[in-house]
Amino acid sequence: MSVLDLRGLTIGLPRGAERSNAVTGVSLTVEKAEIVCLVGESGSGKSVIAQSVMGLLPKSLPVTAGSISLQEEDLTRAPEARLRQLRTTRMSMIFQEPMTALNPVMRCGDQIDEVLRFHTQESPPQRKKRILNILQEVSLQDPERMMASYPHQLSGGQRQRIMIAMALVLDPALLIADEPTTALDVTTQSQILKLILELQKRHGTGVLFITHDFGVVAEIAHRVAVLRLGELVELGPREEVLRRPRHEYTRMLIASVPALKPSGRESRSDARIVLETRKLSKTYSTRRWLGARRDVHAAADVDLELRRGQTLGIVGESGSGKSTVARCIVRLVDPSAGEIRLDGEDIAHLRAGALRGMRRKVQIVFQDPYRSLNPRRTVREAITEGPRNYGVPAAEALERAKKLLELVRMDASALGRYPHQFSGGQRQRICIARALAMEPEVLIADEAVSALDVSVQAQVLALLEEIRARLDLAMLFITHDLRVAAQVCDHVAVMQRGRVVEYGEAGQVFLRPRHEYTRALFEAAPGRGFAFGTT
Amino acid sequence: MLLGNWSVRIGGGALVLLLVIALAAPWLGTVDPTLFDAASRDLRPGEVGEITNLDGETMKHVFLMGSDSLGRDVYSRVMYGTRVSLLVGLLCALLALSIGIVCGLAAGYLRWLDGTLMRFMDGVMAIPAILVAITLVAILRGSLATVIMAIAIPEIPRVTRLVRSLVLSIREEPYVEAAVALGTPAWKIMLGHILPNCIAPLVVQGTYIVAFSILVEAILSFLGVGLPPDIPTWGNVMSEGRAQFNDYPHNIFFPGVFLAVTVLSVNILGDGLRDTLDPKMAKRV
Amino acid sequence: MYTFLLRRILSTLPVLVIVAVLVFLVLRLAPGDPAAILAGDAASTEQIARIRVQLGLDKPIVAQFAIWAGNLLSGDLGESFYYKMKVTTLIGQRLEPTLALATLTILVAVLVAVPLGVAAAWRFGGWFDRALMGFSVLGFSVPVFVLAYILIYVVSLKLGLLPVQGYRRIGDGFWPFLRHLILPSVTLSVIYIALIARVTRASVLEALGEDYIRTARAKGLTELRVLVRHALANAAVPIVTVVGIGIALLIGGVVVTESVYAIPGLGRLTVDAVLARDFPTVQGLILFFSFTYVLVNLLIDLSYVFLDPRIRY
Repeated sequence: MSVLDLRGLTIGLPRGAERSNAVTGVSLTVEKAEIVCLVGESGSGKSVIAQSVMGLLPKSLPVTAGSISLQEEDLTRAPEARLRQLRTTRMSMIFQEPMTALNPVMRCGDQIDEVLRFHTQESPPQRKKRILNILQEVSLQDPERMMASYPHQLSGGQRQRIMIAMALVLDPALLIADEPTTALDVTTQSQILKLILELQKRHGTGVLFITHDFGVVAEIAHRVAVLRLGELVELGPREEVLRRPRHEYTRMLIASVPALKPSGRESRSDARIVLETRKLSKTYSTRRWLGARRDVHAAADVDLELRRGQTLGIVGESGSGKSTVARCIVRLVDPSAGEIRLDGEDIAHLRAGALRGMRRKVQIVFQDPYRSLNPRRTVREAITEGPRNYGVPAAEALERAKKLLELVRMDASALGRYPHQFSGGQRQRICIARALAMEPEVLIADEAVSALDVSVQAQVLALLEEIRARLDLAMLFITHDLRVAAQVCDHVAVMQRGRVVEYGEAGQVFLRPRHEYTRALFEAAPGRGFAFGTT
Repeated sequence: MLLGNWSVRIGGGALVLLLVIALAAPWLGTVDPTLFDAASRDLRPGEVGEITNLDGETMKHVFLMGSDSLGRDVYSRVMYGTRVSLLVGLLCALLALSIGIVCGLAAGYLRWLDGTLMRFMDGVMAIPAILVAITLVAILRGSLATVIMAIAIPEIPRVTRLVRSLVLSIREEPYVEAAVALGTPAWKIMLGHILPNCIAPLVVQGTYIVAFSILVEAILSFLGVGLPPDIPTWGNVMSEGRAQFNDYPHNIFFPGVFLAVTVLSVNILGDGLRDTLDPKMAKRV
Repeated sequence: MYTFLLRRILSTLPVLVIVAVLVFLVLRLAPGDPAAILAGDAASTEQIARIRVQLGLDKPIVAQFAIWAGNLLSGDLGESFYYKMKVTTLIGQRLEPTLALATLTILVAVLVAVPLGVAAAWRFGGWFDRALMGFSVLGFSVPVFVLAYILIYVVSLKLGLLPVQGYRRIGDGFWPFLRHLILPSVTLSVIYIALIARVTRASVLEALGEDYIRTARAKGLTELRVLVRHALANAAVPIVTVVGIGIALLIGGVVVTESVYAIPGLGRLTVDAVLARDFPTVQGLILFFSFTYVLVNLLIDLSYVFLDPRIRY
């Protein structure tokens, strides 16, 4: 008997959506003690499937055909009361964002206790014992303190462990994990993945693991299901699907995943240094008038060199200071100390007026394509804004814009349209064109591909590479994704808690990391045993 | 898109009607609202009486909404009262908005000014609006200008807060940072990126201010601390009819209905505008 | 946490100071001779001169403020021209009816509005939601005194169920006390209910869109539990905030309601004092109302600590 059996599942979308069904004719099973990874890009319908099993879909997304069977009970025919009974007792779900997935005004212990109060008849002391047990099982230190804490007092990893504890406390047969590690740091992600594997083996839970990250698939899947626009295009054991994918979509996806090994680029160390930082620091002081003063060293003593025609990558987890460094260099933020030499001139402490000259030379592309463009401005206005600021006449700026759109592989008709009419990848291209309109010497990409689907990401990365080569730009590439860094960087700086802990040629750093943190980062990269990017 | 929304249609339509009434008051079967005739005191709605005009001529007149204790035609006073209410509402809103926008932009963009200005605004907001209005009118004497000022002043802090919070939140947006990186000067950012995104919430807020102003003016007049009694406003008519409410409720009823309908229309229009122009604001009040 | 509380309390001081300064300046900044304004149109020059000396208006303005502020801090709000007694005594006499009216109104409003708002958010877009929103707009739009007259007309005059006007002290019997307060509180609470219901609906709606609601449902909890313990609990801060801010509306409404229902409270006193140009009383009342408003909002701010554990720093 399968734990979960989906047969011909079809879920409709409301009228006016991009397609008629969110999910069409999907059939798959999850057996006892098995992990099935459901992979797909955004909009593929994977979350919809997950929520439909739990019965959490809104009425606007009805199950129009097929069945969902949990241990041979058809959930599509079950009344709401029965579904409520089954939740956390036979099937559980954990979600992507642990911060927002937990009730901020309720103690963590109480949130787990709620599950026990609603589904069992146990007495308070019995419940407390159960909770302490499960908290220990998920490797949370000091379970008593965890119980009394509120979610905002815990780290991302700790919160996700609380979610897992809440989901598994009643030992359900099925666990649905909807991208549970996507919002976590690489090292935390690796710990959570190990935890899930461990718990799953111990309790024999069947797991339906939703992800878009093939590295994770390589790390934990027994079987893999690939979803595209609501349809199941491939299903099979992990090794089969990853090494010998049958469907061309799967092949395309797997080929888009960058390898963890640097691509053997030649770095010319004789290239001119365009920008360098010396002992760059940024400290945030909070002073409350009745409390102590606290200093946060977002970045401390950072030394970097950017050479013409080369890409320097800054790799680090959240809080490492990599974005702070980028923002200091672009002078969106004033550095507290240190030098930033652009073509020899120190721009670190220039005032607003003097900065104007410098701004043309250093441009930046941000992470969120949905908020980087003013929704009320046309693409033409967005791209020509920069040059117009420097006195370039409108006609010439327009010509430049047209050429740049060509460079970023977009049609000139885009000029008259508004940002909301474009996809995430297209918007990023527009942002790149906007930055290039200034004819900069340095281009900073601050997590510029992190919010994009893997196939789109591959395209934008290739575009950035091409631009760098053609325009001989110096590029600073900020990312948390080691694979992306391996693909595009000549040199790499690894940052931890505001400091650069390792710096060198990409080949060196990736193949022979010296600092223990760098090594820990690589150990934690999911799917590092599997050689992507080589098929 | 704007006109497709039901609230905009209903509220806007009613307001257009009221505007027509205000403009066309002299031709809607009214007489000069200040005329009175002792012989026609306290007539019930629909009764016929006499009215003496400024030249001393007496004529028959149907008092559609009755007459007050001085023999004035309530209907005429209500019709002409529309002018005052709409005018007061509009001018108060414009005044509060213009001053509020300037203060809000300043507070949001100039860090050094922010603290002091907002504290000052907190102080003004701490005094309930009606009290401010009553006191200002009492001290400065009731005239149209003073009443408008007195009603607009308590509204300024709220507009300032709104604009300030909009400025602060829009400044954080990546597209504003991008503009900074592109070398766009601060004034261009304010005009080109920040203000346009403020317009929708401000229009919505403006309509609510109009509604509130009309209400406050009526309350002031009703309490006897508003516009001078010779100017016909709904509040004045109701104020005069207070004493005889038990026997002659028409003095309160007719202007009251007009007042309620006007304020209601403006509020409905405001809700409609909010739903079409700024759906995010629908989540706030 | 105690530093937070202390800091919050101290931060109201500047606001109180600004209120005091504004109140002080308002009269003195008006065009014309303050003493003449106070004395009224029919006063003789001697009366005006007497008032000037009496209020110390002949001294330099900073000295005046110092004296006035000093008096304020020692609890002396001056003496009423019209009623010929200390303003503080006057306020003390009229306080009970206003307090009774306000308390009853707030209680009724919160107990009625919050459940309505929660229900509307739960069935968002349904007939109940639309009806509530319609009622709420109506509640905002019908002026307090018009509503008062409608209620008086229907309930008192036509149906004879409740007294038309007046006030009975609680000491004279609870039931008469209540009977005389029912219509006024209902009148006053309508606008308050409209406001609170709206904000409740909006914040519960926002809370219902958050991820933790999905988690709560995924735990198999009943809708009621999800609504109350998860959605409403997180919506509490904005709701409580608007109850505080609504006090300003309440104060304005009290002024009108007491006038219509002939309740001898502070609201009536305000109108009478303004009409009688009894400046010290008006000044004292504004200070009293403003300070009360600031204090109530301070209490509400402090209550956040219990409502939202994130507000603790």
